[in-house]
Formats: sequence, structure tokens, C-alpha cells
Amino acid sequence: MGKKHQELVIISGKGGTGKTSIVASFAALAGKCVLADCDVDAADLHLVLDPQVIRSEDFSGGKRASVITGKCTACGTCAQVCRFNAVTFDGPPNSRAEKTFRIDPIACEGCGVCSWFCEDSAIDFGPAVNGEWFVSETRHGPMVHARLGIAEENSGKLVSLVRKEAVNLAEERGIGLVVIDGSPGIGCPVIASITGADMVLVVTEPTVSGLHDLLRVADLTRHFATPAMVCINKWDLNPRVASEIEEQAGRQGLGIAGKVRYDRAVTKAQISRLSVVEYQDNGCSGDIRSVWKSVSSLMQSG
Amino acid sequence: MRKIAIASGKGGTGKTTVATNLAAVASRDSIRVAYLDCDVEEPNGALFLRPQIQEKWPVNVSVPGVEEGMCTGCGLCREICQYGAVAVVNRNVLVFPELCHGCAGCWMVCQTGALVESKRTIGRLEMGRADKVDFVQGILNIGEAMSPPVIREVKAAAADADLLIIDSPPGTSCPVIESIRDADYVLLVTEPTPFGLNDLVLAVETVRTLALPFGVLINRSDTGDGQTLDYCRKQDIEVLAEIPDDRRVAEAYSRGELACDAVQDYSAVFASLVKRLLKG
Repeated sequence: MGKKHQELVIISGKGGTGKTSIVASFAALAGKCVLADCDVDAADLHLVLDPQVIRSEDFSGGKRASVITGKCTACGTCAQVCRFNAVTFDGPPNSRAEKTFRIDPIACEGCGVCSWFCEDSAIDFGPAVNGEWFVSETRHGPMVHARLGIAEENSGKLVSLVRKEAVNLAEERGIGLVVIDGSPGIGCPVIASITGADMVLVVTEPTVSGLHDLLRVADLTRHFATPAMVCINKWDLNPRVASEIEEQAGRQGLGIAGKVRYDRAVTKAQISRLSVVEYQDNGCSGDIRSVWKSVSSLMQSG
Repeated sequence: MRKIAIASGKGGTGKTTVATNLAAVASRDSIRVAYLDCDVEEPNGALFLRPQIQEKWPVNVSVPGVEEGMCTGCGLCREICQYGAVAVVNRNVLVFPELCHGCAGCWMVCQTGALVESKRTIGRLEMGRADKVDFVQGILNIGEAMSPPVIREVKAAAADADLLIIDSPPGTSCPVIESIRDADYVLLVTEPTPFGLNDLVLAVETVRTLALPFGVLINRSDTGDGQTLDYCRKQDIEVLAEIPDDRRVAEAYSRGELACDAVQDYSAVFASLVKRLLKG
């Protein structure tokens, strides 16, 4: 038997094309689904879905090194072995040295090489808390979300964790669909959100940057063998580029799930803390409904 | 040289529009400008500045290479690696280069010479000129997870200039930190919507953590609500410019044109912003 749930991931390549607004509308249209906000370093879905947190946990994605000033003999081995320029010779004095070494927590990559090679056991290397994650209830179903700490690493690991918890929740509660809000770009958080998913919907916009970034994301979904479709948001802002996108997507074997018109109601809905399909029935809401219809029917047909 | 980073928590607020227009306008005012596209996952600056690329080269990172038959199965490499990038099976060491962060730990602890430093290409750098602007962009290869090494190379390749414009990726995590950490000033571009404000607050916390001077530009300032301006006032954050929504600018952007060329008056808007940014 295969798994009982399906995972739909919404990504965009380029930021600000309307991923989160589409996800919020899908949540309203799906009836029941588990939501996962995997845009962990700039999460916004909670602003519309008003989650009531029922569980919150610390996230530790790795370790971090710090000099125990009292034990440092200022030998400098740590600075020599660090590949990330994270060790500086500007720490406070101790009984042995006028200056000691110090590790910049922002530059530190958490490799622990400094600690390994320190002959005086003067570098502590222990788990770092890199963020928090939450399980919540929303009006459209349970939601797993997270907050990466400021200037923290390991966003890919946090994304994987959020996804895993969302899937667990789907199994526990017998919910068939997990809708995942991804992050912009093509790097580690995006890779962590799409690998092994059942369907990716790429939300793009009719601009030269939207097209450029769509093609890179399409390559990425192909690289990880994840089925993908395209939604052209605000398509009427430049119908010529929109049809160029349709043509290029077709050439790449990507289906067009639909086009959504530009509508200022999207911002108004956001200010009212509603998804746009809850905010109004007309305008772009009808377009989003038909995108949802084509994505969900394609997923059901497997 | 003054290094100005253009950043934002939320994507799509207009970073690249601001960065490319600033670069073009400043360069026409006989300021020596270098533009660095540090959004190496999705670099878009070239679509607007349209540089003549003169040089390209690969970006390599250090990864362990395996010398066959040398492994004694001691397991030290696996023990030091924090990223699960090496495994030891009997007397064979296996390497997963895509998980490697290049810390060098494994080949430094290897006593037998089974692991040695080797190189892997994860992206490329392109350099050239766009009119009077010195242009550098980094491009991360598809499927690669880690962009910071490419961003480091972009910044290292910057030519000497009076004004260095760093076009940062969106977000608040490692690629952003790498892009902005040594900037003299960070301009945070936002839009006055709930999403824009939520992500602006995160971006402000980030630049404050890094102790960098910063200010805010509110793009499409007449859309959304007044909360962003209230927040900036309460937090005593300087708002350097408010640019109203303008369909002509959006259309120029959609075609890959600079607003300062395509729409009247925008040259002056960005010229006064350049002046403010150079003041410190």
C-alpha cells in the first residue's frame, strides 16, 4: 500500500509572486488539509490563518562552538583551522593572555573543527537552538509552522522537520492532503520542501524576472523528479509575457494550472486577515478556484 | 568605497528594481559604481542592466576526495563531520559531496591519506560592464543547496568603486547574512502590507543583530495600510523614500526596463536616494 496522504508544495523561484495568498485560498477551498509553512525565514501564512498554537518546541539544527575564555591559552590553532573566518583574536583577557580568541556566532558554521583541534579543551561545542516550531489549529485544519532564529543556519533542516510533522499529523488525523507553502529561491529550504512531494505548483508572474526564475525552478523540479505545474498570477499585467511563459512552460513539459488576474482585493483580503476566496466571490477568486480545481483533480488522478 | 546592501525580508518588494536603478542613475552622475548580484539562486539584475559579460569562471568549493585503498576504517572522519557527508563501511570511506560544508575536518583528521582536499563546482561567476556600471553576478547551479560560497566569491570579485550596490536575496537566513554582513548601510525595501510588515520586522531584527546602520524604503506606498509607517516611527527607523504604486513602473519592470529610463521623473527619485545613501 502507498501512503495515505499527498503533499502539494507551492513555490515560486522569484519572491513576492503571491505564493502565500494562493496557499491560504487553497486551504479554504480544500475543505480539510494539513498546512505546512515551510518559508521558515519569512513565514507569513499565520497572518491570514490565525493559528491557535497547541504545541511549541525548540528547534536545534546543529551545534555551535564557543571559547571558554578562562581556558584559552591564545595559541591560535582554532583560527588556523577555521575555514569560515569565524575566529577572531579579540576576546577578553584571562590570567594567561592579554587577549583570547573568540568565535563569531554569526560566521560560525557549526563544524566543530576548532573544538576538535583545541589542545586545551577551551572550546565548548554543544547544541544550538536555531528556532522554534509550532503545531496549531486553524479554521481550515491543523497547521505546522516555524520561526527560524534571527541570523540562524539550518533552514533546510527546519523545513524538513516542519514537513515531517505535517505528514505525521495528516496520518494521525486521517487527512489526505498536506499543502506546503515554500520559500523563494532554489537553495536548501526549497530543495528540502520539494524532494519527494507529489506535486509542485510554481506561482509565477508575467515579468522577465518571473519567467527567468520559473525556468530555474522548473529545472530544479526536474532535477529532483517532482511533478510540477505552473500558475501565472497577475497575468493581465503583461499578457505578452504571460503567453511567453505559457509557451516556454509547454516546451518544458509543464502544465498550466491556470491564470489569475491582477486584483487589488488580494491586498485588501490580507489586511482583513482573510484568504481572497473568503474575502470575495468575484474577481480573482474565481480564477483561483479554477486553478485549485485543475491542481486537485490532477492530484486525485495521480 | 561605500557599500550599500539592498535587502528585504519578503521577496518581490522591489529590491532589484531599487538596486539596478540606483546603480544606473549613480553611474551617470560620474560616480564609479559596482553592482553585485548576490541573489545567486535567482539573479535578475542582468535582465535590467543588460551587461556585456567579459569574464566567466566557475565557483569551486573544497570537498573531500577519496584515495582508493588507503582507508583503514578508523572512523575519525565520520566522527568529526557534523553534516553526515562521510560514511565509513568496513575499510571504505564514502563521501556525499552535496552535504559537505567544506570545513576540512575530515581530511585534517585522516591519518592515512585516504581523504584529501579536492574541489567541486557549485556555480559560476560572471563579470562585465553595463554601460558605466561594473557588474558582477553569481549563479548557483541547479540542485545545489548552499549559496553562501557563491555569494562570498561575488563579493570578493568586486572592483574598486565609489559606490558598491549589493543586491541581496530575500529572507533572513544565511544567504542574506553573507550578502549584507560587511555593508556600510542596509536599505530594507518593503511594501505596506501585513506580509510586508511582518517580514520587515524580521529583517530589522536581523540587521540589528548584525549591528548595521539601516533605513527603510516603502515601495508601492499607497497600497496596503499605514501600519508600516507607524512601525518605523515607533522604532525610530528612518524612512528614506516612499514610492507610490505606478503601473508604468510595473510595466517597465515586466519588460526588463529600468524605471529611470522608461518612466519620466524616476531618474530624479533615484538620484536623490543616491545622494542620501552616499551621505552615510
